[in-house]
Amino acid sequence: MRHAYAGKVLRVDLSQRRIREEPLDAELARAYIGGRGLATKMFCDEVAAGVDPLHLGNKLFLATGPLTGTAAMCGGRYMAVTKGALTGTIACSNCGGNFGPELKYAGYDMVVLEGASGEPVVLVIDDGKVELQPAGKLWGKTVHETEDALHKQLGKNFKIVSIGPAGEKLVRFACIMNDKHRAAGRSGVGAVMGSKKLKAVAVRGTGGITVADPKGFRAAFLDAAEKLKAGDVTGTGLPQFGTAVLVNVINEQGAFPVRNFQQAQFESAEAISGETIAEQILIRKRSCFACPMACGRVTAVKEGPFAGKGEGPEYESLWSLGAAAGVSDLAAVSKANYICNELGLDTITAGSTVACAMELFEEGVIAAEQAGCDLRFGNGAAVVELMSKIGRREGFGDVLAEGGARVAEKFGRPELFMGVKKLEAPAYDPRGVHGMGLQYATSNRGACHVRGYMIAPEILGVPVKMDPHATEGKAAMNIAFQNLTAALDSTGICLFVTFSVGGPEILAHLTAATGFDYDLDEMVQAGERIWNLEKLFNMRAGFGRKDDTLPPRWLSEPIPAGPAKGKTVPLDEMLTEYYQLRGWDEQGQPTKEKLATLGL
Amino acid sequence: MSKRLIVDPDQCTSCRLCELACSQLAVGAYQPSRSHIQVLIHADDAFFFPLVCIQCEDAACMDACPTEALVRDPDTNAVVVVEENCTECGLCVTACPYGAIRCFDGRAFKCELCGGDPECVKYCSPGALRYESEDSWSPEQRKAYAAQMQDLAEEVLS
Repeated sequence: MRHAYAGKVLRVDLSQRRIREEPLDAELARAYIGGRGLATKMFCDEVAAGVDPLHLGNKLFLATGPLTGTAAMCGGRYMAVTKGALTGTIACSNCGGNFGPELKYAGYDMVVLEGASGEPVVLVIDDGKVELQPAGKLWGKTVHETEDALHKQLGKNFKIVSIGPAGEKLVRFACIMNDKHRAAGRSGVGAVMGSKKLKAVAVRGTGGITVADPKGFRAAFLDAAEKLKAGDVTGTGLPQFGTAVLVNVINEQGAFPVRNFQQAQFESAEAISGETIAEQILIRKRSCFACPMACGRVTAVKEGPFAGKGEGPEYESLWSLGAAAGVSDLAAVSKANYICNELGLDTITAGSTVACAMELFEEGVIAAEQAGCDLRFGNGAAVVELMSKIGRREGFGDVLAEGGARVAEKFGRPELFMGVKKLEAPAYDPRGVHGMGLQYATSNRGACHVRGYMIAPEILGVPVKMDPHATEGKAAMNIAFQNLTAALDSTGICLFVTFSVGGPEILAHLTAATGFDYDLDEMVQAGERIWNLEKLFNMRAGFGRKDDTLPPRWLSEPIPAGPAKGKTVPLDEMLTEYYQLRGWDEQGQPTKEKLATLGL
Repeated sequence: MSKRLIVDPDQCTSCRLCELACSQLAVGAYQPSRSHIQVLIHADDAFFFPLVCIQCEDAACMDACPTEALVRDPDTNAVVVVEENCTECGLCVTACPYGAIRCFDGRAFKCELCGGDPECVKYCSPGALRYESEDSWSPEQRKAYAAQMQDLAEEVLS
């Protein structure tokens, strides 16, 4: 096989207990790069769009990119590609840590998980030796207990992805976890793994990955590392405070959603900020594989009712388990976050779903006896308790385990769900950051920030500063970000590098590693191809223009106070321009000409 | 005064870029299993330690080697492997108190300081690895370093 790729795909049919290897298709690898792109291409070729995400006909791809496991800047990512249990859209959850590189060192670019086992199993990959082992004793265990047990049984060198009780119980927003605290978080990929009765994949690899041009590759890394070190966000903000550095930044912009997006500035933001984390609970910084920035935080709440330890909370979790629910107690937010990691829950959806339930409670739609606790905004203890209940589908947690869209629907107030395509929005109020509204509406997996991070231009001024309250140029910028991000994800490096480097640096890594003579246009076009492919899958799954919309609150209820006071999202004008620039028709269907250009 | 590869584990974030840098030079691939430097990661205790040969003054590996396959490089002070003398007997591996030598493909492998220009240092953004002149150390730094190595030995043995 070529450089940079391991060269093999591992295919595991869990129904038949059949394990096969197949060569990686080099031509497809060039067109779709790897990771998100290549796995989505294979997924769309193999799986009918109408499949029930939790049916054994759905497949789950754990895929690395060509830069995963190399010394590329932050080259340690793998992606879980499937049809999402929460959304019913194409899903691709991206994760760092040490699992992806180890899979490649064991000889595989990706694992394709098909069918469903009757009994709980663990997939063990020890270099070229692959087997399914019974996992009855692990079923019911937390992510942390599972990793500890497998390390004891197999050896400490194994890198493990697993699901917690949430994935087993098919909580619709269960994650796949690795390195105990790292999550392939969104869209419910953990529930898909749970539906296959696959508790974990443990891998040990002693092989290596070569690159086509070691000298050029080394130069690309050293150049990027210098730029990352010099950048404000990558050299100072993230290393010093982690992603939580954003709490004060976004709050000051008046775009930090509070109490289920009823307000956009949190009076207690300081209490849950990165600065406060550093003062109160930080133990040390931790990197994912090959990352010079180290935004991870090892933390501990040493005493009190919320004592615990783990990693995080990240920015999004500080918001979802904090401000979204009106909670300002950092200890409670941290504890809720630790529980999510142990049970395998997406913190964003988990917190937002509770916030939605809190508004339903305050509106008198949900009664106290039904909820089993006092669901008023600000009750941190209730958030903590509900995380445990959701993760195990106990009591009212069983209701919330369906996610905010289904909860709001069930109680007759669908407008109180704050998300798109059943995926809860993250911690940016799009009324205060208009391009983010377009991003939420058009992202192929629902209201997601990491498919086209418009906060970079609109708030942080990367690569250029745009007015967050204007619409001009947003469609073009959002498309550029979406395409570049699709290409970047597919390479296996981390999105966070783009705060300091861009297409040219990514391209330098990719060409030196693979030996493919991509130019910048071809690389970005691969991203556009991937984006359109995802879109086509969603259209076959029944999604269309009607779904590329936002909750009524963001479209017609102005932000009540702060710098973005009076703003709503002028979506229609941005969306129409977006479809035109994408080469799609008025219904958001890619035109034949566009598809021909992309070779689709 | 020769330089030393200084390990400052408090700065380590467990990114393992040192393993990648090392293995590319050592075996021509990104292959942490073949890196001379290995980051010990005990995540539950937030313990990260880049483990690498410290080129001991009184090197147990050299004493243990029956075939004179380990010699001192006078320029860098590194203990280097003379490949043609090595029989892969493994006595140096057993003798090293830190586990900093391993055997592959019929010979011993260990950090040789890249001939005086260690590659791992260039990849270490947080500054957990530095290549510095020994006389730049204060007595406090020497003491702290000795204490760290003692802690490490306990960690490895426990």
